[in-house]
Parts: sequence; structure tokens; C-alpha cells
Amino acid sequence: MELSPFYQDLLTALNTGVITSIGLIIPSALGGVCIGIAAGALRTFGPKPVRKLGDAYAALFRGTPLVIQLFILYYGLPNLGIYLSPYAAAVTGFMLCSGAYQSEYVRGALLSIQRGQYYGAQALGFTTFQTVFWVIIPQAMRRAIHGCGNEIIYLIKYSSLAYIVTCMELTGEGNTIASEYFRFTEVFMMVGVYYLLLVSCAMLILKRIEQWLHVPGFGHQEG
Amino acid sequence: MTEAKFILEVDTLNKSYGDNTILKGVSLTLEEGEIKVLIGPSGGGKSTLLQCINCLVAPDSGTISMHGKEINLKNKKDLYQLRQRVGMIFQEFNLFDHLTALDNVTIALRKVRRMDKGAANKRAMFELEQVGLGDKIELYPAQLSGGQKQRVAIARALAMDPEVLLLDEPTSALDPELVGEVISVIKALAAKGMTMIMATHQISLIAGLARNVLFMENGIIQEQGSPKELLGAGKKTRTQGFCDRLSDLDGEGS
Ligand SMILES: Nc1ncnc2c1ncn2[C@@H]1O[C@H](COP(=O)(O)OP(=O)(O)O)[C@@H](O)[C@H]1O
Ligand SMILES: [Mg+2]
Repeated sequence: MELSPFYQDLLTALNTGVITSIGLIIPSALGGVCIGIAAGALRTFGPKPVRKLGDAYAALFRGTPLVIQLFILYYGLPNLGIYLSPYAAAVTGFMLCSGAYQSEYVRGALLSIQRGQYYGAQALGFTTFQTVFWVIIPQAMRRAIHGCGNEIIYLIKYSSLAYIVTCMELTGEGNTIASEYFRFTEVFMMVGVYYLLLVSCAMLILKRIEQWLHVPGFGHQEG
Repeated sequence: MTEAKFILEVDTLNKSYGDNTILKGVSLTLEEGEIKVLIGPSGGGKSTLLQCINCLVAPDSGTISMHGKEINLKNKKDLYQLRQRVGMIFQEFNLFDHLTALDNVTIALRKVRRMDKGAANKRAMFELEQVGLGDKIELYPAQLSGGQKQRVAIARALAMDPEVLLLDEPTSALDPELVGEVISVIKALAAKGMTMIMATHQISLIAGLARNVLFMENGIIQEQGSPKELLGAGKKTRTQGFCDRLSDLDGEGS
């Protein structure tokens, strides 16, 4: 079966685009989770000035549209002599934005851990850092994983904004073909299918991680 | 003084939460192998006192000494040291919910004592077998009964070789039919000469184990003495009155 030139071009473009998208999503998701854990922990346990700083970070990145953040990173920073490639600007923006949201989930989970868990650890001679690292975070992780996974699913979809700073990922590639052939419906339905596949893969992986982290007494039953 | 007489000395501890004064100059001493029992009405400050002794809650003032050497409560290193030497058993067990029984016992050995995994596992197995849980090591807290959880908590504390054990109502959160298994573990510890301070309302522990009973109310140790002195027949002490009311409540005779 021979594909029409349109579909050949479309699939080639989307396959290139999806690789770029994955290249954006994976570091952004991992970076977002790391920033989220660090910021969430500092916002919960840090000294007051650090807590305030963390709160300000989260408020700023949750309170402004991602598009604006990307514009500032890509078009604004050169005014300060900082030049980011489209790819770097997009990944930086996604990480910072995702990290701000993740820090909310992490903070909520950290706050839900009961005082007795701290006492149990402290009474054995754990330092504060050891208590947080070995007892509180592992438990909070299991409580936060639902929310954090959800944020990663969002991230996959808002990664489409990278094309606004000229990083040609899935949506950008699709857009090019669509304008070339003037066949918007088919192109964007196809792009939608690609995102659906990406999200499905992510959900599968997240499910695996949840199963791997599963401990009786944590998890879905408890909400 | 070359040889300190007391393993633990607590001198004039004060603690307030806001305007609410919980501990009003509490002092006590503990000799090696001695068992002191704290009793008194709920809200009297027993838990707060025990938590202040290993500084889970920082006292506002007062001193804590071990073997005659005062602990610098402002120094974090000294605090961590103190807590390693003073074990604590909580009413609510406070096991780590994400770890198996075995790892609940090994984690402090590995992370605080820096033992390697093999040695830590071996020690933990030993302690868990001592409390009769050698066959439950792979279970998580959510899969254990209250009595089993408390026994894991005891194994966890003992694995750190504490010089003193603080027990805060170790059987109060248990269903009545599970109290016995924890009491027998505590009695076995006492028989081995473990030094303990225990808050409890369990008459059998008070009468059978305590060398000294401290009756605590409103943040003050109101009465203290041997169980005979405070609880002997015909004694008109407040401790006696309190224990009578306890017995009336749960129908347990002394
Ligand atoms: N973290 C806290 N903040 C404020 N008040 C507290 C705190 N912990 C205990 N208290 C108060 O201290 C008093 C003594 O409590 P506690 O030491 O638990 O007594 P007991 O163990 O004898 O029942 C109670 O009135 C309680 O409300
Ligand atoms: Mg209490």
C-alpha cells in the first residue's frame, strides 16, 4: 500500500516531532519531580527565609501563564546577555513550571505525615536530615505519586507550547505540514493521536512505578 | 565523685506550651537496673516528661545528665547521642509505615549506627525473635496487630542497645486481649535488668515491676515511693486513691 505524498510528509514530520517532544518531556518531567521534591521539602521544613523563597517561587510559576514564562526565557533573557536555544528555553520553562506544581503535591504529602513518624525516628537518634530523607520523603512519595503522575500527564500536553519559542516538536511539525497542505483537521487529529499514545505510555509507566512503590497501608484505598 | 551513682539524672525540668505550664520543676534520678513507674491522671504531663527526657520536646529549662555528665541540650550532636542511649516506646507505636518489621529494626542500625546490611539484619532478626516475631519479619505495620506492632517497636529500640528505656503507656492503645503479649515482653526485659521509666496504668506492671512509683499530677511529682509504701493495704495516699479508681474502671484487681 502506497501512502499519498501528504501522509508520507505528515508521518515523517510527526515522527521527527515526537522524538523532539519526548526529548523535551523526559528531562522536564524528571527535572520537575526533582525540583518539586527539593522545593516541597524546603517549603515544609526549611528555615523561614528559605520557606518564603520557595513559596514565592511556587506562587510565581503557578500564578503566571506558561506561555509568558517561555517568552521571557527565550525572548527576554537575551536582554540580560543570557541566550538559550529554543530547546533549552523550553526545557527550562517546563522544569520550573512543573517543579512549582510538583512542590505543591509534595508539600501536601509531607504535611500529611503524622508527628509520630518524626518522633519514632528522632527517638532512635536520626538527625533531622536523616528523618526527612529516610522516613518522611519515602512515605510522602507514596502519598504524592498520584498527584505527581497527574502533573506529568499535564506536562506532556503543555509541552506543545515549545513550538511558540520555535522548538519544533510534535505540534510545531504538525502545524508546518497543516499550513503547507491546508489540511488542518486531518493533521491535528493525527497530532492528537500521537499525544494520546504518549500519554498512554506515560500512564503505563506511572502505573508500574506505583506498583513498584506499593506498600500495604498506602495507596488507592486510602485515597 | 569518680563513679556516678545514677545512670540518669533529671533536674528541675520546666516546660510550657504558651501559657499552659505542663512541667513544673520535675526532678528524678535513675539507678542502673531501676524501674520507675509514672502514674497519674491524663493530662498530668507524663508524656511530656518522657519526651523531654530524650528531648523529642525541648524543655524550657532544667538539666539532664547521664552517668553524672550533663548533656548540652543546645548541641545537636549531644542530643543525637543522648537519644541513641535512651530508647523510647510510644503509646501509638510509631513504627515506620513504609518499612517491613525487619527494616523498621534495621534502619537505625544502618543509618545511625552505620552497620552494614548483613550485620544489621542479623541483629534485627535476633531482637525480633526475642519478642516472638521471628516469623513476621516481612510484614508491614498495616499487616500487624497492635500487640505485634508494639513488640516490633520494642525490638527496634533494643537493637540500639539503649542504657535506659522510656515507655509511654505501652499497652494503652491495645485491645485488651493483646495487652498480655506486650506485658510479658516488658517483664522479660525487666528480668534482664533493663533500666526503665514507664508511664502505665497497668496495675500488674506497677505492683510487679516498679521499684519506685511516681504519682504525677498537674506537672508535679506529687508522691513517690515503693509500691508498698504508696499502695500497701490501708495506705491513704493519693496514689492509692487513683489506683482504686483505675481498678474500679476496668475491673482489674491488684
Ligand atoms: N504539642 C503540644 N502543644 C500544646 N499542648 C500540649 C502539647 N502536648 C501536650 N500538651 C498539653 O500538655 C498537657 C499534658 O499532656 P501529656 O504530657 O500528654 O499528659 P499525660 O501523658 O500525663 O496524659 C495536656 O494538657 C496537653 O494538652
Ligand atoms: Mg500521655
